[in-house]
Formats: sequence, structure tokens, C-alpha cells
Amino acid sequence: MIAIIDYNAGNLTSVKRAMDRLGRKSVITDDCSSIARAERIIFPGVGAAGRAMTDLKKKGLDRALIEAFNEKKPILGICLGTQIIMERSEENDTECLGIIRGKVKRFAVESSGLKVPHMGWNSVMLRRKHPLFQGVEPDSEFYFVHSYYPLPDDPDRVLGETDYIARFASALSAGNLAAMQFHPEKSGEPGLKILDNFCKWDGRDYVE
Amino acid sequence: MLSKRIIPCLDVRDGKLTKGVRFKGNVDIGDPVETAAQYYRDGADEIVFYDITASHEKRDIMIETVRKVAEKIFIPFSVGGGIRTFEDMRQVLLAGAEKVSVNSAAIRNPGIISEGAEAFGSQCIVLGMDVKKVQVTDRIPSGYEMVIDGGRTSTGIDALEWAKRAEALGAGEICLNSIDADGTKDGYELTLNRLISSNVNIPVIASGGAGTPEHIFDVLRDDSADAALIASMTHFGSYTIKEIKTYLHERGVKVRMTW
Repeated sequence: MIAIIDYNAGNLTSVKRAMDRLGRKSVITDDCSSIARAERIIFPGVGAAGRAMTDLKKKGLDRALIEAFNEKKPILGICLGTQIIMERSEENDTECLGIIRGKVKRFAVESSGLKVPHMGWNSVMLRRKHPLFQGVEPDSEFYFVHSYYPLPDDPDRVLGETDYIARFASALSAGNLAAMQFHPEKSGEPGLKILDNFCKWDGRDYVE
Repeated sequence: MLSKRIIPCLDVRDGKLTKGVRFKGNVDIGDPVETAAQYYRDGADEIVFYDITASHEKRDIMIETVRKVAEKIFIPFSVGGGIRTFEDMRQVLLAGAEKVSVNSAAIRNPGIISEGAEAFGSQCIVLGMDVKKVQVTDRIPSGYEMVIDGGRTSTGIDALEWAKRAEALGAGEICLNSIDADGTKDGYELTLNRLISSNVNIPVIASGGAGTPEHIFDVLRDDSADAALIASMTHFGSYTIKEIKTYLHERGVKVRMTW
């Protein structure tokens, strides 16, 4: 069973629907014991970091997530979920989970003239191979909607990068955790492929 | 680099697909769910549904359509038309739409924009603008006026000022429809698109007037718009999404070519 973590962070049903399409059993839950029992975890989210952390803590989901990570369960972060796993976000100056060292920064709008949020389809340049991207065409594009982006301290955590205003880390990995700034559930067939790969992933960060 | 989006617009009435010219003489041309699924397979970057169902009582049909579409396509889609209340917004988003578009209701009650943005995030709230070219006056300094109720009612509101105000209220995107160009197939209203797009910091979808890939190129080439809404040019099979994108790609406009 795949647990989709529910912390009042936007519409989670689109992730659920993608799982249904892939024929994978999933449940939207905010119950720590269900998360502890789950085989793998999706940590999605749309919204603001401050409110999200408050809601996570209120339900004890912050600790449930860290425990799952330490138990080497496969975890997939999506969008705000990807930002929340970092140490700190500039959004509402929020202390986050700290699973990956580094911070979350806002796009500098003045310098570029480009619009914020970064909304629409963009490429992800993979820095190395990863099981989640197996079978995904390199020139695939993915759907982004965000004004903040993760900036990990350790460059080895960067799985893929995207150009918008600055070059930023749009996919991260840390062992059994993979995290995407884009929305695989809204990125057409390449996005579904990533989700399907996640459902089969053993949580090890290598490609044979 | 961010790709420019090509967005088919499906007009839906009583659960069936229609496409009108200048908001008159609509004819049924098919099933919205199947058409959306076809566009998804064909490489559309997003889909816009515009509900022109006259009766508010029949809105449940649209919600059911939205639910079915959400099971079939895995790209963002928005729903507009007849969204009058916060509850209307909520229902459309809960049924699986990524975004909801407000038009006349936002003119009558601008608070619906901030209310929606606060509850669901700005990225969910699209401001639909129907705009008509008029004489420049003190009241309409840009020479573009907001019209509502499908173009029938003038509002005396300047389009540029309204776009800026809606952005400040929390709109995350603007779908900019020129009433003058709509249905003509003579090309987008480039001056209008450039004016609005260069004065707001949210994405602008150009709408109204697309007849050829060249028209789309004209509005996307110099950042007059971030996305192009199309309808009849693909609905009736004159062009495919792939043909349009190939045309743009060959001329240096970045579009998503793999799907």
C-alpha cells in the first residue's frame, strides 16, 4: 500500500487518480500508524511552507516522515513536499524537516523580468542515472508551478536541474528519498512513468 | 527554459462540446471527455473548459464532466464559465480541475479572486478577461474595456487597470480574450496582448482569433503571451497540435515536443 500524506496541502486527489490509472493501490491519509504500515510514501503538496509545517506537526506527521526515511522506505516528495524536506524555507521563514541539508529560496523576480511563479512545462537535465527516471525520454518536459525552489548544500543531492531565472535543482535524491519540484501527476505520460517507477522502486539509489 | 503552452479550449453546454463564433450560433461537435483525452494524446499542454450552460441548475452535469476528464488526462486543465461563488470554485477544483477561471463574477465581486487565492492558492485562480477595443477616454485610458456576460454588457472598466487589480487581489494567471478577434481566424489582438502581458507579472494566455500556426507564432514570439488558446483550428481538423508545435519549434519558439 502506498500512503499519500494528507496535511491540508492542496488537492491530493490528482496524485491518487494517477495511482488509480497505474493500477496501484494508494490511500490518502493523515494517520501516523497508516504511514508506519505503508510500503512506500508520497509526500505531495500545494500551498505555503509555514502553514504546511504547522499542520504536519499538529498531526505528528513530521516525525512519521522522518521515521519512514530512517527505515529506508521509498519516499517521493512532490512540489511543496520537496521543499518541506529541506532544512529551512524562505517562505514564511519556516523551519522544515531537514531530511536534506540546505534551504528553499524564492525566485529573484526583479533581476530577470521573468514571471513568478514559474508556471508551465520545462525540461529537467539529469545529472546522473536514477531508477525513477528509467525509461523516461531525456527531452521530456514536466509541469511546474512554484515560486520557491530547493537549494541543497551537497551538490550530490541534485538529481536534475532546470533553467528558470537561475539554474535550480528540480529533482533531488537522498538514498530512499527522491523529490521532484515539478508535478509528475500532471506531466503526462513521462510523469506517469516516474510514478510507476516509484511504485516499483526498492529505495536504492543506483541503476544497474 | 520554460515552454510556451498550446491550450485547446473546449466550450461545453449541457455536457456537450460546442464551438461558437462571436458567441452566436453554437453547434454540437462532440463529447468533451473523449475530445480532452484525444487532445491529451495529441500533445496539448493544458486544456481549458468553458461551460456555457445557461441554467445554473444544470451545473452538476459540468461537475460530472470534470470528474470524468480528471480520470483520463494527466495534464492541468481549467474550468470557467458560470463560476459565480466560492462554492462553485471549490466544487470544480474538488472534482479534479487544476484551475478555475472567473470572469463576470469577478467584475461584480472582485473579492472572489482573493477569497479563492487565499483558500486554494493563486496558481488555481485564472482571471478570464473579455475585452473590447473602444475609444480612449478618461475612464478607459488604455482604449480597452472590460465586457461581461459573453460580450453583451459593457462595464466602463479599463482592461489594463482591471488586470493589474486582479493580479494584486491574487489572480495567478490571465486568460485574455479579445471579443473583436474572437472567432474571426484573423489572428490574435497583438497590441492588447502585449499591453497586458508587459504590465503584469503573471502568465497571460492569448485568446481569440487564432486561425493559422503563424498567428500563434506572432503572439508567442516576442513574449506578448505565455500561452495560446486555440479552438476551431484544431477542433475541425484543419491542424493538429503536433503540426502547430512543429511550426513554432522550427521558428525558434520553445514548445514541448515530446509527450
